[in-house]
Amino acid sequence: MFKKARIILAFLLSTQLVGCANLGVQPWERDLLAKEEMALDADGNDLGLDDHIYFSKEATSGGRAFAGGGCGCN
Amino acid sequence: MQLTSNNKITNKPKKVANINTALAAATCALLGTTPMVQADEGAWEMDTALLYYGETDRVTAVEGVLSAKKDFGDEHIFSGKIVLDSLTGASATGAVAQPNAQTFTRPSGKGQYDIQADEIPLDDTFKDTRVQLEAQWTQPLWDDMRGSTGVHLSKEYDYLSISVNGSLAKDFYQKNTTVSAGLSLAYDTIDPEGGRPLAFSEMVIDQGQFANEQAYQAAFDATRQTDTDDKSTIDLMLGVTQIINRRMLMQFNYGFSTSDGYHTDPFKVLSVVNDQGLTQSLVHEDRPTERTRHSFYWQTKYALDSGVADISYRYATDDWEINSHTIDSRLRFNLTGNTYIQPHFRYYQQGAAEFYKPFLLEGTTLPTFASADYRLGEMTAYTVGLKYGMKMPSGNEWAFRLEYYQQDTKNPGFEAPGALQQLDLYPSVKAIIAQVSYSF
Repeated sequence: MFKKARIILAFLLSTQLVGCANLGVQPWERDLLAKEEMALDADGNDLGLDDHIYFSKEATSGGRAFAGGGCGCN
Repeated sequence: MQLTSNNKITNKPKKVANINTALAAATCALLGTTPMVQADEGAWEMDTALLYYGETDRVTAVEGVLSAKKDFGDEHIFSGKIVLDSLTGASATGAVAQPNAQTFTRPSGKGQYDIQADEIPLDDTFKDTRVQLEAQWTQPLWDDMRGSTGVHLSKEYDYLSISVNGSLAKDFYQKNTTVSAGLSLAYDTIDPEGGRPLAFSEMVIDQGQFANEQAYQAAFDATRQTDTDDKSTIDLMLGVTQIINRRMLMQFNYGFSTSDGYHTDPFKVLSVVNDQGLTQSLVHEDRPTERTRHSFYWQTKYALDSGVADISYRYATDDWEINSHTIDSRLRFNLTGNTYIQPHFRYYQQGAAEFYKPFLLEGTTLPTFASADYRLGEMTAYTVGLKYGMKMPSGNEWAFRLEYYQQDTKNPGFEAPGALQQLDLYPSVKAIIAQVSYSF
């Protein structure tokens, strides 16, 4: 039973590793990724303002950026 | 690598961000800054925004932002930000509604306000102005490694927060993978008007029982500590950004945050009710002096033929037993070469803090900590919005955003006695968010 599970696990891991090897692009394939709106935090001011609103109104903050510090916002 | 192309309208060279920009964004995101497209040497890039946030019958905020960024050459980048905001309106006190009118003392101890029967107690004297300053410096170090360091300051009338941060990011596999680590240290001080209430001290309400003003003031002062208090926060963030294929990019962040010091909200109270549900007294809340938080964040961006899909999920948990899930999505559709619309949808759900109590029952033992702040209670919230952006022939951009935000608070399992069963203890909060942005 455990042997079968180990074989299945090894198979899954190997297929995942093959998958990882296929990740990424060559330098000449970066046309779409290079677009301004593809930056992970495009609309930076929107994100900052949203972070401030939700920091003030909800119990959780951070994730995208640091959670700590801030303000005494009510 | 910096690519350039020509703007079809003006024939001026325009910037085209390369993949370094996208990857650098992951690093900058760690720093809580506002990374923008990599700047040409010598050119300042400015992003401005004016935001209105208005809750029905509660808080109204107006916030202005000016972000500036300059590349001093070879990706030695300075970015700075100034934020000014002004808040007015009414804020929930934590007290429960009652079948009769209630009288409250203002947090400063100077004056009172009345809340009508069946209405949620809101303190309508909430007013503050805040200024926030940020500066960040980022530059390449060695072997595909970048370093970044910055400072952050936020000051309002009774609150000061200062922090410093630093991070390192290293590229691997032809810059298809970026690994980053960042650290932030923050120090906050608070000195509220009227002093900090003693934990669970009873709100002193002048109902004619005091012989004179001095007697009232002495009774009020006995519930207060007048010195400042503080809070220290250490944040650690580890991130991996991975290019999946020609269209897709992913980021994973793990965040650890620990804070030590004053976490209590000096303006929040709890109602102490009898078995009829009628308020017998109001006591000031008290929260633990430590909090440790973990967050797991995943974001993916996918380039559509004419737009971008941006989806993120965050799971957060902490030792106050607040667990939350957040899904955020922005879908950008390019209408023309220069205009776009971007619908936004966000869903948030949180569980209640283990010390959250909507009210206290008379005659029961006081808990170690307690808060009736609805923001620490169980809630779901959603945001729906739409943004319209248009790039001018000059390359400058206008954008307009309109959103609706609603919080629905829920009873995490408390049994309401007597009169409280007929009252709305878990009201919804509804807000409009409107924003105008201009980049040049």
